[in-house]
Amino acid sequence: MKFVDEYRNARAAERYARVIARIATQPWTIMEVCGGQTHAIVQFGVDALLPHHVTLVHGPGCPVCVTPVELIDKALELATRPEVIVCSFGDMLRVPGTTTDLLMVKARGGNVRMVYSPLDALALARQHSDKQVVFFAVGFETTAPANAMAVYQAQREGLTNFSLLVAHVLVPPAMEALLAAPDNRVQGFLAAGHVCAVMGYTAYEPLAQRYQVPIVVTGFEPLDILQGVAMCLRQLEAGRAAVENQYTRAVRRQGNQAAQHLLEEVFQTVPRRWRGMGDIPSSGFGLRPAYAAFDAERRFGLAQYATETASECISGLVLQGRKRPYECPAFGMRCTPERPLGAPMVSSEGACAAYYRYRRLQSPVAAALSEGG
Amino acid sequence: MVPDAVPACPLPLADYPQVLMAHGGGGHLMHQLLERLFLPAFRNPLLETRHDSAVVEYAGLRLAFTTDAYVVQPLFFPGGDIGTLAINGTVNDLAMSGARPVHLSAAFILEEGLPMDTLWRVVQSMRQAADAAGVQLVTGDTKVVERGKGDGLFITTTGLGVFEHRLVIAPASVQPGDAVLLSGDIGRHGMAIMAVREGLGFESTIESDCAAVSPLVLALLNADIEIHCLRDLTRGGLASALVEIAAAARVHIAIDANAIPVCAEVRGACELLGLEPLYVANEGRFVSFVSATEAERALAILRAHPLGAGACHIGSVVALQDGHIPSGLVTMRSQIGVSRVVDMLSGEQLPRIC
Repeated sequence: MKFVDEYRNARAAERYARVIARIATQPWTIMEVCGGQTHAIVQFGVDALLPHHVTLVHGPGCPVCVTPVELIDKALELATRPEVIVCSFGDMLRVPGTTTDLLMVKARGGNVRMVYSPLDALALARQHSDKQVVFFAVGFETTAPANAMAVYQAQREGLTNFSLLVAHVLVPPAMEALLAAPDNRVQGFLAAGHVCAVMGYTAYEPLAQRYQVPIVVTGFEPLDILQGVAMCLRQLEAGRAAVENQYTRAVRRQGNQAAQHLLEEVFQTVPRRWRGMGDIPSSGFGLRPAYAAFDAERRFGLAQYATETASECISGLVLQGRKRPYECPAFGMRCTPERPLGAPMVSSEGACAAYYRYRRLQSPVAAALSEGG
Repeated sequence: MVPDAVPACPLPLADYPQVLMAHGGGGHLMHQLLERLFLPAFRNPLLETRHDSAVVEYAGLRLAFTTDAYVVQPLFFPGGDIGTLAINGTVNDLAMSGARPVHLSAAFILEEGLPMDTLWRVVQSMRQAADAAGVQLVTGDTKVVERGKGDGLFITTTGLGVFEHRLVIAPASVQPGDAVLLSGDIGRHGMAIMAVREGLGFESTIESDCAAVSPLVLALLNADIEIHCLRDLTRGGLASALVEIAAAARVHIAIDANAIPVCAEVRGACELLGLEPLYVANEGRFVSFVSATEAERALAILRAHPLGAGACHIGSVVALQDGHIPSGLVTMRSQIGVSRVVDMLSGEQLPRIC
């Protein structure tokens, strides 16, 4: 398949692996920010091609994973109201709130719909004028433009039965929070290609400067990631710290300006709580006052929940790249995709789910095979 | 005397007080349901074999016996409908034990208000599918439920097949060194259904692979290919079928991602939705395990039939030094040449966010 196969070529991957082995003369730790990259790394075994002293750690870039429990509890509360239809992307449905998840609420008769786009939720609102349709707007800068478009259209059409439960988060403030931590060990970043396709990468330039850390905007295929790692290592070895763009086939420095204008129209930056990382200033999108009527929290007067993540769950450390999923005592035992303690075990982009799916059964035999081939 | 108490429900009710969609998804939750609820209730040696068909023996005559319920929305989809599924699915379950499918029964649960024309079209395609598979529908039942209590039409079919050979086609017959043959490209049925389901905004010309594969199996048997094991790929896809066989046979199956055919449209749709073709449903594909020395001949026989034109050799059963794998293992060499474990699906495949 065009634009895919050429980035999954085994011979090219081997060549890159050799190049990387030549570049890296000392130990380096690089974080891939995006959950899609984490998934590709684990699915294709990209990390197995790297020399042992180059470590990839997984970042907080799984939108489902970083959505705080209190917002999920709000979605759950909405879903039990008879007049409400809650619409969500698929991977949000199984993320546990304090007591249950959206799939369970659906099984008990709650009106929960899985949609593929906020515009599908908008269409539902047009069809069901007797119902309140709430779209659970999670995600990074990548999904935000479509959500902004849904609200923009709803306002133009004068729809009064559509709203967003907004949980949008932004990548650069989270990277800065990681870099500013006194025990930070991340020396270079692979920035999320799709986020930069929307926002461009000028916002990363001051970060690279201030923290003297190379940042390479990187795609999602195995060869993209290997090339991103190689570019990052070259900078590290040369003592440089700049923003570079590996994903040139999708990303321009200024990003998608039409999308940015729409975001600017509908959203403003707000402080946001991240699951596992706590409160980060200016790290999310909220609706601007002109669109506040479409804010589900306001429309339904939702209570503020005080919540705690399962005490055993180390998702915060996993999301910050401080622990690997299998370092969690609950991993694969008390925490599985069917019965997750934390969100990273649910989403296909979550590090725990990726390790569970592809690495859980890694017996010594399989490990030997993997190293041999 | 106190009568025997009804045993407590063995599923952890605190976890799943209600049935979830994933309990029917072909993955871990469904297996849990079988293992903890159904199997203990009906425990017997035939059921324990957990084949697609039970093999029963009467006075020296070996018969294959199977049943399946069909619920699909929409009722009509590119490449088939609920009727073709109901015939082909049950025929395929019989064929996977190596039996020649002969007789079927069908039970229809109709929802009040179902257009008669819809039922007529479904019945017509069932007749055509039955003719094509060489089976007769010999008994049936019809029930009607109130509007809103059904989803238009549910069909259950039961099948009977006869064995014309003495091979034991089952996971227990799988041998180290066996070749794993796949009868064609994967993922068509699941993606065809997804593309026409309400709410999914992509257009495609993907057609379901829905077909009776018994002619392919009979062709292999007629050519005296010593088949060790067969499994059709339905819910849970290729991955789940292989994991089940590896577990039942306690072997290591190694496959190569580059050898598994997936048509460009299915791949494209899967990439967009974040799904893996390995886990997507099929309705006309199966894997066969044959000894490596017979692999080429078996492939040629499969490819000679239109339904098997895309057949290919996707991997093999690996002989292990210590010969001990507690629960079976499936590994796949990825496109970039790194081996990793293939697991069964957990719950439903959920499309990702971005």
